[in-house]
Amino acid sequence: MENRLRLLRAERNWSQQDLGQRLEVSRQSVNAIETGKYDPSLPLAFRIAELFGVPIEEIFVSPSSRSSKAI
Amino acid sequence: MIRTPAWKRYNWRVVRLSALYVVFLIGAVYGFKHQLVPGALKYFVAMLPALPIIGIFGAIGRYLIEEQDEYVRMLMVRQTLWASAFALSVATTWGFLDNFGLVGHADGYWIAILWFLGLGLGGIYNKLTLGDGGC
Repeated sequence: MENRLRLLRAERNWSQQDLGQRLEVSRQSVNAIETGKYDPSLPLAFRIAELFGVPIEEIFVSPSSRSSKAI
Repeated sequence: MIRTPAWKRYNWRVVRLSALYVVFLIGAVYGFKHQLVPGALKYFVAMLPALPIIGIFGAIGRYLIEEQDEYVRMLMVRQTLWASAFALSVATTWGFLDNFGLVGHADGYWIAILWFLGLGLGGIYNKLTLGDGGC
């Protein structure tokens, strides 16, 4: 799933390791989410949104909204 | 390999169970070779080496329960699916080849060996598709 996680992390000057520690997940998990290889569960997506203080939809781009825009 | 706290506990359990397997196997082989095991106790002694292997399957299940990192857990789930598919596919194929007299009969414990081999193949698949090998 496309997302703005890398951008939000870069704005705070956090490494993937830093973000992983804040979310209590591995650096590899952060990398997998950022690169769109892994879609986080709803609880983890909420944790990410709460950490950055933004709604989930400002971080993760809905695949259906992307496809409707393409049409 | 992603060394989470749950993985470290799992790894330690597997090391201890593997050591126990070696002890039980050597003990059972020695006991049978020197005819030290009487009567019905033979069944128990013959099953001893299987117990730590069953324990490793249990350790994998416990790891999946204890792992808090959902991405790392997913990697292990994918590996176990690979392991099951690989072991069952080879066992089924071998069974038919055996039935038609084309290959020799294989001992049942080979399925467990194939399963662990499949676990490794799953790790390679994870590495190739996601860039992370998992446990």
